[in-house]
Formats: sequence, structure tokens, C-alpha cells
Amino acid sequence: MHQLTIAEIIRGLRDRQFSSVEITSHLLERIQQLDSQFNSFITVTGEQAIQQAAAADARLAQGNAPALCGVPIAHKDIFCTNGVRTSCASKMLDNFVPPYDATVVDNFLQAGAVSLGKTNMDEFAMGSSNESSYYGAVKNPWDVERIPGGSSGGSAAAVAAQLVPATTASDTGGSIRQPAAMTGTTGLKPTYGRVSRWGMIAFASSLDQGGPIARTAEDAALMLSVMAGPDTKDSTCLDRPTQDYTANLNESISGLKIGVPSEYFGEGLDSEVGARVQEALKEYEKLGAELVEISLPHSKLAVPAYYVIAPAEASANLSRFDGVRYGYRCENPADLRDLYMRSRGEGFGEEVKRRILVGSYALSAGYYDAYYNKAQQVRRLIKQDFVDAFQKVDVIMGPTAPNPAFKLGEKNADPVAMYLEDIYTIATNLAGLPGMSIPCGFAHGLPVGLQLIGNYLDEARMLNIAHQFQQASDWHQKIAPAAQ
Amino acid sequence: MEWEVVIGLEVHVQLATQSKIFSGASTAFGAEPNTQACAIDLAMPGTLPVPNEEAFRYAVMFGLAMNAEIGKRSVFERKNYFYPDLPKGYQTTQLEQPIVGAGQIEIHLEDGSSKTVRLHHAHLEEDAGKSLHEAVFDSGHGMSGIDLNRAGTPLIEIVSEPDMRSAAEAVAYLKKIHSIVTYLGISDGDMSQGSLRCDANVSVRLKGEEELGTRAEIKNLNSFRFIEKAIKVEAQRQIDLIEDGGKVVQETRLYDADKNETRSMRSKEVANDYRYFPCPDLLPVVLSDEYIEQIRAELPELPDAKCARFESEYGLSAYDADQLTQERATADYFEQVATKSGEPKLAANWVMGELAALLNREDKSIVDSPVPAEHLASLIARIKDNTISSKIAKQVFEAMANGEGDADTVIEAKGLKQVTDTGAIEKLVDDVLAANGAQVENYRSADPDKRPKMMGFFVGQIMKASKGQANPQMINEILQQKLNALL
Amino acid sequence: MAVDAQTVEKLAELARIAISKETIDDVSSRLGDVLQLVDQLQAVNTDGVEPMAHPLDEVQVLRRDQVTEPNRREEFLALAPQTEAGLYLVPKVID
Repeated sequence: MHQLTIAEIIRGLRDRQFSSVEITSHLLERIQQLDSQFNSFITVTGEQAIQQAAAADARLAQGNAPALCGVPIAHKDIFCTNGVRTSCASKMLDNFVPPYDATVVDNFLQAGAVSLGKTNMDEFAMGSSNESSYYGAVKNPWDVERIPGGSSGGSAAAVAAQLVPATTASDTGGSIRQPAAMTGTTGLKPTYGRVSRWGMIAFASSLDQGGPIARTAEDAALMLSVMAGPDTKDSTCLDRPTQDYTANLNESISGLKIGVPSEYFGEGLDSEVGARVQEALKEYEKLGAELVEISLPHSKLAVPAYYVIAPAEASANLSRFDGVRYGYRCENPADLRDLYMRSRGEGFGEEVKRRILVGSYALSAGYYDAYYNKAQQVRRLIKQDFVDAFQKVDVIMGPTAPNPAFKLGEKNADPVAMYLEDIYTIATNLAGLPGMSIPCGFAHGLPVGLQLIGNYLDEARMLNIAHQFQQASDWHQKIAPAAQ
Repeated sequence: MEWEVVIGLEVHVQLATQSKIFSGASTAFGAEPNTQACAIDLAMPGTLPVPNEEAFRYAVMFGLAMNAEIGKRSVFERKNYFYPDLPKGYQTTQLEQPIVGAGQIEIHLEDGSSKTVRLHHAHLEEDAGKSLHEAVFDSGHGMSGIDLNRAGTPLIEIVSEPDMRSAAEAVAYLKKIHSIVTYLGISDGDMSQGSLRCDANVSVRLKGEEELGTRAEIKNLNSFRFIEKAIKVEAQRQIDLIEDGGKVVQETRLYDADKNETRSMRSKEVANDYRYFPCPDLLPVVLSDEYIEQIRAELPELPDAKCARFESEYGLSAYDADQLTQERATADYFEQVATKSGEPKLAANWVMGELAALLNREDKSIVDSPVPAEHLASLIARIKDNTISSKIAKQVFEAMANGEGDADTVIEAKGLKQVTDTGAIEKLVDDVLAANGAQVENYRSADPDKRPKMMGFFVGQIMKASKGQANPQMINEILQQKLNALL
Repeated sequence: MAVDAQTVEKLAELARIAISKETIDDVSSRLGDVLQLVDQLQAVNTDGVEPMAHPLDEVQVLRRDQVTEPNRREEFLALAPQTEAGLYLVPKVID
């Protein structure tokens, strides 16, 4: 039952092949049996899940069931869940139980989905390996000695290990796509503002975007149809009607123009990863697409610009964690300053602290123009590269990440090396464009992700393009050894 | 050496919106602690701000009233610092692109002169919460308590150019701001509740000097009286310091009203680097010309316009018109009395005289006046139609102030109606002349030139005998006749 | 680009994050690595380029002035480390 996709579960539930309680119990059992190997969940809400499943079964019996009624999912622990601990994988929020739901969480409740719990992640979504979690690293189901990618490593690993058919996740610089690539799953980061950020704990507000990780493009479309939409509680959420993202999946992609940026195939790209991506592009040609070589000349600047803008925004976003109104407070503060210094010094992990310091530096007097302002200017140049490219092509493709999953601990000592793992994903966040990663084969025995970058609000088209590839290939159906 | 004081003011005005600037929590004053602090105000994780349209409308109204440029595109920024009354660890405010740009207003000084003060800009921002100290707790743990009800209340911060040259000018400017915001109805202007607060940047320089001296910022002045005293004492401190060979340090100071001195707030000086940057949770606010023009069309009459109209329409002196228009409530009160009584000049005299004295004595504002405008108008009407004399009118006013009803009710109840019956007045005259034989004799024998003056004595006696109620003109006429008859 | 310990201390103070004496050199050197990475930006000519704070050129939608939030004080206070008399407690605030 755990091998079923969401689309199959929806059919199975409606045809009474099994009940929501049955599949929910099965997956909870599987989590209990297997997740100690992966550590993909921080909190499992078994009891609540069974209750939700029973309620869903009742609605299914009545025949008025909403879209995802009875379908088990899990939320990245960055989304606030009313009455369920929401830690953001930080000691700072180890005891934090929000009395409110994120809009995304509420959307899934309205859609009748059953939440199995909260998935592990890098602390405050800062990382590319899921090693910075206060609750320990997540392991890749394809090789438990390797990282699952980050920051949505728990969400990706849980899907790859078939503990849950799909999860919510968030992507600030690649945090959906890169772990999807590392774990052979399908991840979608929508256009900035397509999914509400209300209740999604902020890392870098102008870059953060929620999206799904699933096993197929079709499932990602089903998930996005629930997640996306206007929200008056988020000023940056786009006030545009949402749509049924599954509607166009089966359209032909004949005549599709795929832009292939030369900058994404240069130095630093693992040759096997490059080869798999080239093969995928050939497959697209067979499907009737045309490859167009393009240039995104400012690509190299995306990582440096990002590592100014994201930490700058984070340095302010994380100021609210001060030990006063919620979360961690140090023991016996001597005075107010001590309360702040130690609560934050002890409550945040190393990577989080490093980014706060970098952000404070970039914004501080005398450095603002050289760093923050400069980075925002470069950001416009990067966006303009894409705007120009989309004059010529319908979608851009390349590798999601330069390498397959690396070993746990391998890049811990070198933050910059870790940052460069996001070299192909970061630019889309800076530009606010939608991006996807779909499995396209294996390198060194590990999954490789093909990245699709679409034009603004072109998610339906991207899902169609991804779905057509998955109709013609079976990379997305490969099962991680530890999941078998 | 002759010194010149240079003052610029930063005035914070709480806007009278129902809800906060970025959340739907109430802004009502005086609620139990933290009962009006919602998840957004508390900076709960994942919460996001959505700005209040009314706060923008109010800010635009203010900008138009200040003859200022309106920021058609304004941007919120984050001002980063840690303080327990600031839940997010940053204040959402405006810096580079404020809602109100440069402008100017005219201030009126006590000596009748006027002066233009330039507005640098005004911006929208959120207020902070409040720290309460141990006094509120039973246990002696010595900690502070944080109440975040006020956190997120919309403010406009109004920043002047350093155009004021005396404490009196600063007060006049502040009064003008107070007058404008209350006329517009965008703030209750209640300084005792902190609805209008002021920081003063004060420096001194030798007269004739072009360059500005080093300034000190005096924080949180919350009454007109304190502002005047604080500026005076701070300017003197700086002058004494310089004359003693010292140097003014740029710093934040606090005014201690008990000691009438300012003192340094060194605790706040530690490395202030606010790291402003555009708030990524909020988008630029773009206002259309139509929106701004609509607000302009709906602006109420402002103090200067009202003042000019009072002069021309009611024939008031410039001074009276200015006095009466400083506060909208006073102007409204006056205008009711003037139109209902048909006697604007008398109305002005009474509002600025007896009424002002009464309110002052009872420490009441004009909106809570014990004498409603209709009552004062009825009193003036009775003076005008000779029902009572001005002297009796004061007596009636006191009775009205005690809640004894309108003028007619008081006059009736107390029998204060002016005596205009010829027979009754003749009797009064006869009685007084009979009782003062010696004075009558003196009058008869006096030089005719001196007689008019001597009449005053008899008038006074007759008025006294009538308890002030006899019509003075009739007394004069009848007395003259009777005295002439005795010659 | 190196970052000296003094700069790190200043940043730590601004960000209110305690950094122990033992780790300060390590933090300095890693911060230096990150700053070296971002220093690539300095070589780019950005004359006349408008800084881009938001990915999309959207404008703010304003909210109607209505009180929509009920009093939920007890729920929120229950999350806090220390409260009394409806207030959040902190070590003494000195003005």
C-alpha cells in the first residue's frame, strides 16, 4: 500500500479498495519500523492522524469528500501546526506548540488530507544536507551513509523511503529541488507568492516559497492544487486565482522550446550527473521538444548574491527568537543582555548563528551599499537574464545539483563548499521563478535530478512537461533499497 | 556672547484607527495587559504583517494639511534593535521612501508674529509595547513586565527641519501639529495617554554662526510644559558647558521633571547600528492621484483657513480668531455660540473669558464643558435683548455652570430679569434721593460741570437697591429728570 | 577576506548572540570564507541598476481597518518562559 501514489490512493479510497484508516495505520507502522534508519520525522502525530483518517472515511462514505480526503501526507516542521509542536528543527523552538495553523496546513485540512506528522529539516531551513537539525541528521534512503539534501531533507527522505506519498516542503535557495534530486523524488518550488507563507516560519522572506515533494509530477500537481492560492494574511502572496494543476498534464509537448544554459554545464558539474541530464534532454527531443542553447550570463553571481540577501533577511527574521514570549530561554539570566545573548547563543545552532552574523555584517553601517545593496542590484541582473531567456524558450533545463548525494559530514567543515551545492537552484529563488526537480537516472549509483525552470506562474505547463517525461521514463519509479 | 538655540522636533502621533497598523488587534487604550496583542503583535513564528488602509489615509490627510509632497510609492523598512517591548526585534518603519515628503507650516507666536517651519518628512511606523517595573508585582523578584497592547499601534513620526529658535517656538510648532491632527480627526492628540509624544533635537551656536552645533536629543517629552522647560534647561546646559570650555556630545538625554534637568541615557548609546533594509514581508504601497485627490476633497477646514474665515465672517480680531481656532473643539463651540446668539464678538469674549476661566478652574476640556454651547448662546441673546445686564449675566453663567439649566431657566428661577418698569425705577430713584439728602444737597450746590460725575454715586446706590436688575439706561434717564427737577 | 575577532564581537553584540572565547577564531575564519565568497559581487558593474528587494513587481494590497483579532492572551502567555499578572517577565529593563 505504501507504494501507491496520491492519484492511486484517491482512486483506491473512492473505490473502497481500502480505507483512510487502513492506509494511515499502515504508513504509521512503517514509520515506526523504518524511520530510525532515516530520522525523517521530528514528530509523528499517530493518534491525531487516525482520528483525521476516521473522519475522512466518514466523509468518503457520505460522498461529499474534498480533493485529498483521506490521503496521508506530512508537513515540513517549518509549517505551524495548531496544537502540534513546530520546532523548525531548532533547540530554540523545541517546546513551541503554536496555537494556529499555517495557511498551507489549513488548506490541507480543508482538503481532507491526513497529516502523519512533521518532517525533519535543516535548522530554520538553513542548509543543503539536513545535518544542521537539532534532532540529528537525516539519512538518504538510497544510502544511509549519505545526506538526503536539504533543507527539506526529511520531507524528501520520507517520500523516497515510502513512509508517506507526499510532503510539504519549502525552498529558499533550492531546499525542495536539491533534496528531491538527492533522493530521486519530484519536487516543485512554485513562483514566489503562489503559495502563502503565513505560518511558514520565515528564513528569508523574499526568497522563501512552500511547495510539494512527491513521487510523481502528477502527485505534485495534486498537492500544488491544494497548497496554492491567494491569502489575504500574506502581503506577498499573489492575488491571482489558482487552478487545477492536473488539468494539462496529458497535453503534448511537441514543439516545446527547451533552453539549455551553457553556464549550467561548466566546471564543477560531475560528469556522470551531466551525462544523465544530457540523456534526459535527448529524451525530450524524442518527445518533440526542441533544444535551444541559451546563456544566463550572471549565473555565477547567484550564490554570492544569495549569501548576502538570505542572511540579511534572516538576521532580522530571527530576531524575534529572544527568549521572552516563547521558545528557549537560558537558565538564570543575569540581566537583559545576558538573557538575549545566552538564549540566542545556546538556542541557535552553528550554521544559523553564522548566517545571522553574516547578515548583520552585510547590513551594518558602512557595508550596506557594498553588500546588501550590491546584491540586490545583481539580483536584478540575474532576473533579467531569465526574462531575456524566456523571450526565446518555454522552459529552461539543466542539472538540479552539481553532484549526487555526498557523505554525511563530508562538507561540514567547509560552509562555502556546502553553499556551492545550490549553485543551479539559487538563481530561481532570486528571480522568483518556479523550479522543479525530477529524477533522470543515476550517477555513482545515486539519484540525479533534472531541473526545470519555468516562467512566472507557469507551474501547470512545467508539471505537464515533467509528467510527459515521467510517462516516457521510469526513473521516478525506482525504489530506494532501504525502502524495500 | 550671544547664543542662539536651534531646535528640531520629532513628533510621534498615534493614529486613531480601530485596529493596529499591521494586524486586526484593537488599539483601544486602557485594556488589561496583553489582551490586545495578537499573534502578529507578539511576533509569533510564521506570522506576517498586512498594512491598514486607514493608517495610510490618515497619513495622506496629514501630508496634505502640511502642504507636503505625498509619497505615491512608499516603502516599509526594518529598523533592527533588541528591546523587550519590540517583539520582532525590529521596528517596521519608513526611511528612504516615506508616505509624506517635505512640507511646511506657519506657526503663530504669542507676540502675534508668525513663522514658517519646514517639515523634513513624516513616515508611518508601528509603536512599541510598554515595560512596567517591579511596582506592579507583589513578589519582589525585581523583574520587568512587558505589556504588548500598544505594540503595533500606528504612528506617524513627523520630523521638522531645525527651524525653531526658542522653546516658545517649539511649543507653538507642537501646538500647531496638535491642532492639525485633531482638526483632521486622525488622532485624539491626548498627550497624557501618549497619543502625541515628542523628541527634541537641541543645539546652540553663537548668533550669526552658519554651522549647526552638536545636538543632543531629548527623548519622550509628553506635555507642552515639559517641552518648554526641557529645551530651556538643555540649551542652558550646553551654553554653560561651552562657556566653561567643554564640548557638547551627540547623545540621547532624558528630561527629569522633578529636578528640572536633562541627563544622559548612556545605556541606549551602545553601538546603535540599526541596519535598516526594506521589509521583505511588505510590498511598496502605491497610491494613485485619484486616491490622493479624493482625500484632499474630503479634508475638513483647517486651523489657518478657519482663522481667516472667523476674521472675515465674524469680524473678529486676528488675535481672537487665532485663539479660538487653535483647537477644533473650541472653534466648533465658538461657532455654535456665535451663530445661535447672532453676536459673534460677544460670543468670542465669553468663550475666551468666562468660559475659559471656568474650564481652567475645573480642569476640563471644552468638549466636557459644564455649560453647553446652546446655553451660552441663550445667555448672550438675553444680554443682547436687554433681559439682563452684563453684570447679571455673570451670575447667570455661574448658575448655568452649576447645572441649573439654560439662561432663561436661571433668570426665571432666580428672578433676575432686568427691571424696565418706569414706575418701579422711579420709586427706586425716589427712595435713594430721599435717603441721601446730604448728597442731593451737594449736587444742587455743585458747579454744573461737576454734576455729571456726581450722578455716578446715585446710579450706584439705585443699582444696588435693585440688586443690579434695573436697566442702567432707564436709571440714568429717570435720575437725570428727577435731579433736574430739584435744581 | 579575513574578519578579525573584534568585528565578530561587534556583530555578536548587534545580533545578541553569545560567542565563547574558545570558538571566536573558528567563527572568524568561517565568516571570512563566506565574505570572500560574497566579495565576488564587488567586481560586477551595477551602475544604474535599481536594487531589487522583491522578485515580482507587485504592490501592496491594504487591509480594511477592522478589529478581527479576539483576546487570546491566556493561550499566548502559556507559551512564554515566565509571566506574571498578564505580563511577560524579563530581567529588569533600565531606561
